[in-house]
Amino acid sequence: MRNSKKRVSWRVAQVVISSLVGLAIVGAFVWATQGRDMPVLNPKGIIADQQQVLILITVGLGVFVVVPVFILLFAIAFRYRVGNTKAKYDPELEGSKVLEAVWWGIPLIIILILAIITAISTHALDPYKKIESSTAPVKVQVVALQWKWLFIYPDQDIATVNYLTIPDNTPIELSITADAPMNSFWVPALAGQVYAMTGMSTKLSFMADAPGEYRGASANISGEGSADMSFMVRSVSKTDFSHWLYKSSYSPNMLSWDTYEKLAQPSRGDGEKTYVVTGKDLYNQIVMKYMDSGSSSQPHTNTQTDHTMNGMDMSGMGM
Amino acid sequence: MIDQIMQTLFGRLTPQDFVHDPIMAGAGIAMVGALILAIAAVTFFKKWKWLWQNWITSLDPKKIGIMYIIVSIIMLLRGFGDALLLRAQQVVNDANGVEILSSDHFQQIFSAHGSIMIFFVAMGLVFGVFNLILPQQLGSRDVAFPFLNSVSFWLFFAGMIIINMPLVVGEFSNAGWLAYPPLSGLQYNPGTGVDYWIWSLQIAGIGSLLSGINFFVTILKMRAPGMGLMKMPIFAWSALGSTALIMFAFPILTVTLALLSLDRLIDTNFFTTTLGGSAMLYINLIWAWGHPEVYILVLPAFGIFSEVVATFSGKKLFGYTSMVLAIIAITILSFTVWLHHFFTMGAGADVNTFFGIMTMIIAIPTGVKVFNWIFTMYRGRVRFTTPMLWFMGFIVTFTIGGLTGVMMSVPAADFQFHNSLFLVAHFHNMIVGGVLFGVFAAFTYWFPKFTGFMLNERLGKMAFWSWLVGFILAFGPLYILGFMGAIRRMDHYDPSLGWQGLFIVAGVGILFMGLGVLFQLAQVAYSIWKRKEHAVGPDPWNARTLEWATATPPAEYVFATIPTVTTRDAFWQMKKDHKTNDRPEHYEDIWLPKNRSEGFIVGMAALVFGAAVVWHIWWLLIVSLLIVIVVLVVALTRDDTEKRIPAEEIAREELRRATV
Ligand code: HEM
Ligand SMILES: [Cu+2]
Repeated sequence: MRNSKKRVSWRVAQVVISSLVGLAIVGAFVWATQGRDMPVLNPKGIIADQQQVLILITVGLGVFVVVPVFILLFAIAFRYRVGNTKAKYDPELEGSKVLEAVWWGIPLIIILILAIITAISTHALDPYKKIESSTAPVKVQVVALQWKWLFIYPDQDIATVNYLTIPDNTPIELSITADAPMNSFWVPALAGQVYAMTGMSTKLSFMADAPGEYRGASANISGEGSADMSFMVRSVSKTDFSHWLYKSSYSPNMLSWDTYEKLAQPSRGDGEKTYVVTGKDLYNQIVMKYMDSGSSSQPHTNTQTDHTMNGMDMSGMGM
Repeated sequence: MIDQIMQTLFGRLTPQDFVHDPIMAGAGIAMVGALILAIAAVTFFKKWKWLWQNWITSLDPKKIGIMYIIVSIIMLLRGFGDALLLRAQQVVNDANGVEILSSDHFQQIFSAHGSIMIFFVAMGLVFGVFNLILPQQLGSRDVAFPFLNSVSFWLFFAGMIIINMPLVVGEFSNAGWLAYPPLSGLQYNPGTGVDYWIWSLQIAGIGSLLSGINFFVTILKMRAPGMGLMKMPIFAWSALGSTALIMFAFPILTVTLALLSLDRLIDTNFFTTTLGGSAMLYINLIWAWGHPEVYILVLPAFGIFSEVVATFSGKKLFGYTSMVLAIIAITILSFTVWLHHFFTMGAGADVNTFFGIMTMIIAIPTGVKVFNWIFTMYRGRVRFTTPMLWFMGFIVTFTIGGLTGVMMSVPAADFQFHNSLFLVAHFHNMIVGGVLFGVFAAFTYWFPKFTGFMLNERLGKMAFWSWLVGFILAFGPLYILGFMGAIRRMDHYDPSLGWQGLFIVAGVGILFMGLGVLFQLAQVAYSIWKRKEHAVGPDPWNARTLEWATATPPAEYVFATIPTVTTRDAFWQMKKDHKTNDRPEHYEDIWLPKNRSEGFIVGMAALVFGAAVVWHIWWLLIVSLLIVIVVLVVALTRDDTEKRIPAEEIAREELRRATV
């Protein structure tokens, strides 16, 4: 009698404690998350928008497996707990052809759907694909250095360090390389990442919906200062962009091969800088720096060759 | 002149290399101190001979398994300390100029953390469980190659020492657990760090490869009569998949590390970015090993949970054939998905599509397994003991990890997850919630088998709940941080982003997991202390498989007579037929391997070899290599390797055990 009373109060205590713990966990998550920006789920560019939709579709499909799993797990465990002698006990039950067919089948169907979505989206969101738009694209060449980003506007002969100014609603076509260990160029609000590698030129396009500031980073470690490699993408109106270009063309800093080599020295905590580019074909030289010897042994399987570029193009590389 | 002599004698080692910052020096002193204390204790209690005869030179898989587990637990504590430091750094985030770790030190620590947790915790625990359980479960007394088993363990041990050496001398790699070039190449990493990483993994990896072969052959060749493949316990099936993966994947690792090492030692250019080398080649190779590796770890956990859920539901495993097919499918598919680790390299859309789809296909057999596990409880009598709690926790965390895995297997979506904290959350979901929870379940489940007493259930449950809460708090925030664009491996971030709160929550999570670890240590200590009250017979859980048919703790020879198997769940059947107490009319002599010191010597020589390469001490390298070769040749040509246990002795022993 006393014992069972004690057990009941222990049960109650358990329920209370676990609810409190659960609440505390939820509270902690809310406290730490509230009001923070989630660029992956709150994208500001046409590419990241589609990637967000893709993520939501995948989660939506996944829910068809995850939710039944959780329900079945707890329902079956509860129903067939040892204390419940009313439930049927069948120790020799080995399986069920029908049930097993169901759970080979349902995931199969879901994955089939997802596979189709994957095939379509991977081609549609191929980072090498250019964005179609009535506005002429702006080209930017990106170089990952130790430990800063260099952005060259080849058509405007301007270069910047650690910030990128772009006109909104305009396709931005990036060619990306590194003169450093491998980095990964990522601006979550605008588009997913692509590696930056020496002797190679990868590509990425994005287009911002509106003016705003979007943070970018290097997602891959590249030595001591890798965490310093965050930068700001400033999307501005087209007129502001022209103003910015005009202003920048009066920058006192010149970027020639010599100044580039100084810039490429490892350094941390560099601020933002603006240059007028005086060196010719800087980007290609940086790519070719690593290609001078033995490059013939590299496969050249360019399918979308950019004529101004000699570096190894990664597209269509079937490795 | 003197300089030259010193250089010949000590390579690039200088007294300067022993100087460390306070945190590392502290850890180093603690490690060395503990070692000295252990040596002093062994000497004081005059236990050297006991240690040598009963453990170091033993070829008994039960002993080797326990040694694996002890080493892994110590390494778990080390890796755990690393994790605490990493999070502490991110919580404080250099606020007010307070820097807990320098960037370089931070990077060394996460590189050490990942490498240690995979190679010396997860792998070690898996091999420990294989050694303890597999032979007995198959109705065998031993593994196929007992001496090789000892060599494997001591190579593992040597690798473990090498990866901990930087605490005392030199520095560790800062290039992450997979050390991508060019960062890990000479140009950016001329010091000893990457060499430590390479040779630790290389030596331990060769041990793993040998072990893999050993257990693969054991499973195929050493099963009790009557135990056809389709009557094998599912844990053995999962071990078969895992060891098959080891045999095919680890040679890739060996070659990759060797090439990277050549790049660093004699300036070859396999993975440099000049002279036709290609870092991408390395990335492909390392993941051609790396992806199978994660399944090498998780398949045994699948096996453990299959045994646990069947036992505690008092019922046959649901869908045995499906489970076997799923294991085979996963094993094969594991080799076809490695590129999902670098969709962002810029390969064409067709290539990415192919590997994306192959990756999601793995989710199908994995999903099937989850449903079969759940339905094993259906029409059962489910007892919620600690192993069963780990099982429930596993299903929940593993399912979430599976979902996030599938999310990343869509290439265009992965561009947003890759190298972010979302990815980090995914694989911890799999490795902590899958592998570690699995081993914890195994530990509680099989502990009484080897000791004759149970682990305290109450402390075990407290450990479980601490771990679960800690797990949610530690890794939940990382998913959210991933959505916020937080990358992995950053030692500081812009405070205005507002990420600190989530890092604090994650840090609190680690503390809860630490509490779980404390409960576990307390559980072991308390259960040993009160072992009389926790004492149990040979079949405390009403289990199903053959390892429970032997005495508790098992005799050195395990089975006095090798059982004949007619069905799955052979022990369950014996109980049904009331045959568990059957004794044969007479016993026969049993031959068991004698103790061998060569395994230990080879391991120690390999340790010296590793240190010699790291420090470029060429004479020592040659000497140690010669020792390895000579000792191995001698060892393999010896023939009086077995000792006889006479039938009378067995009869006496069996009688004694039966009457106790
Ligand atoms: C349903 C099955 C799974 C799927 C679909 C899946 C998918 C993936 C994908 C696509 C990645 C690469 C993400 C990226 O780098 O951007 C990844 C990374 C990873 N997964 Fe899984 N995974 C699954 C199961 C597992 C399991 C069972 C384990 C371990 C036991 C595991 C451990 C890891 C690890 C360690 C990494 C990355 C490590 C690193 O980059 O350092 N995964 N997974
Ligand atoms: Cu993988």
